[in-house]
Amino acid sequence: MENSEKTEVVLLACGSFNPITNMHLRLFELAKDYMNETGKYRVIKGIISPVGDAYKKKGLISAHHRVIMAELATKNSEWVEVDTWESLQKEWVETAKVLRHHQEKLEAGSCDHQQDSPMPGKPGQKRKWVEQRQDFSQKKLLEPKPKDVPKVKLLCGADLLESFAVPNLWKSEDITQIVEDYGLICITRAGNDAQKFIYESDALWKHRNNIHLVNEWITNDISSTKIRRALRRGQSIRYLVPDLVQEYIEKHDLYNCESEEKNVGVILAPLQRQVADANS
Amino acid sequence: MYQVIGGIISPVNDGYRKQDLVAAHHRVAMARLALQTSDWVQVDPWESEQVQWMETVKVLRHHHSELLRSLPQTEGQDHGRARSVAPTAVPELKLLCGADVLKTFQTPNLWKDAHIQEIVEKFGVVCVSRTGHNPKEYISGSPILHRYQHNIHLVREPVQNELSSTYIRRALSQGRSVKYLLPDAVISYIKDHNLYTRDSSWKGSSTQRNEGKTD
Repeated sequence: MENSEKTEVVLLACGSFNPITNMHLRLFELAKDYMNETGKYRVIKGIISPVGDAYKKKGLISAHHRVIMAELATKNSEWVEVDTWESLQKEWVETAKVLRHHQEKLEAGSCDHQQDSPMPGKPGQKRKWVEQRQDFSQKKLLEPKPKDVPKVKLLCGADLLESFAVPNLWKSEDITQIVEDYGLICITRAGNDAQKFIYESDALWKHRNNIHLVNEWITNDISSTKIRRALRRGQSIRYLVPDLVQEYIEKHDLYNCESEEKNVGVILAPLQRQVADANS
Repeated sequence: MYQVIGGIISPVNDGYRKQDLVAAHHRVAMARLALQTSDWVQVDPWESEQVQWMETVKVLRHHHSELLRSLPQTEGQDHGRARSVAPTAVPELKLLCGADVLKTFQTPNLWKDAHIQEIVEKFGVVCVSRTGHNPKEYISGSPILHRYQHNIHLVREPVQNELSSTYIRRALSQGRSVKYLLPDAVISYIKDHNLYTRDSSWKGSSTQRNEGKTD
């Protein structure tokens, strides 16, 4: 398939990134290789969207630091970047809304781009092309296909997919919207478990074509929880997170017993919201 | 009880002739790049620069004697003729390996028994766990290892990571990204020198010579 026929994809990863680890970064690389290899997609960008402080997860340190660490981690990446919109919102934002925000941003950007998009060749040639277009407007072959807007897809690990089953954590209409309007790319070791999970959910099953399961053969157990635990115990996290992130954590003494106690006893924002919605 | 003062990576000699083994000078260069930011681990090319492959115990002996030579000499009544160093001040050199290497001690004819004994008796082993391996079993299953088990330190990796060079080489030959699995500097080096591409895999002898080596 020619490049012009491929769907352009933007991978969006939401999460605490508390802290960001090499595993998070690997998700992007694996997803990009997978999607590009299907021949139908072309991954053009990766976005890391750290969750806002209002999420109120236990041990969640300030978004300010988490954003900086993610930026340090992606300093050497040519295509993955950090977006702070979600983290700057005063209230917690549902993932479906974050997806919508980024999709709309792409659509808005695309309109501007199409109006100003530079034509290949010299100005003289541009005029000629425009004239040709008016003359041959009926011959669609000569008319270049308008560039489709890139599609945002949610990038995640199996833990997020399976969290769909946690009572009151996700709104069912959000889950439907995520898989129907956007799509999911899920990196997992246990492909069979993930497939079974999809099979057992009507909403997921209906849109299974929009859920891409990417098998990662090597076990990569680097989770933020383990990183924080190692830090509390004075153990090295070298080579588990990018060097710049490790240095930043050390310099600011970000993770210790105190930081892990943050938000203890506080109800997680999505759960709080479901209760509020139910009562309203 | 212990204080680790240094780490040495000693890439194997090309004479080992393991399949897909790229030239030693590349492997040394890549290790050096990977260790650029480490303040305590370094590469030592001595083993790779020898004329032929040599048994691990000989490498241990070499580095141990180098360690002793580099110690500050005490010039007492002997006026420097004899080196007298307090026993507690002598650093110990231990073989660091994955559990897969410990398992290879069992492979018939791969290691000389005398060497295994010297390694665990005179030096010591620090063995990091690896998925699918049970080092305690290997130790209890071998009389030599069992006898010197106090000198075999089993390290449990709190964060399991099944990364292996074999996986990396395979991913590279398939054109897949290995970013964040290797230091960026090493990835650039591999790219610049066209290593581990689909065509460049060297079909070396697949029969292993003495001793198992990890990736």
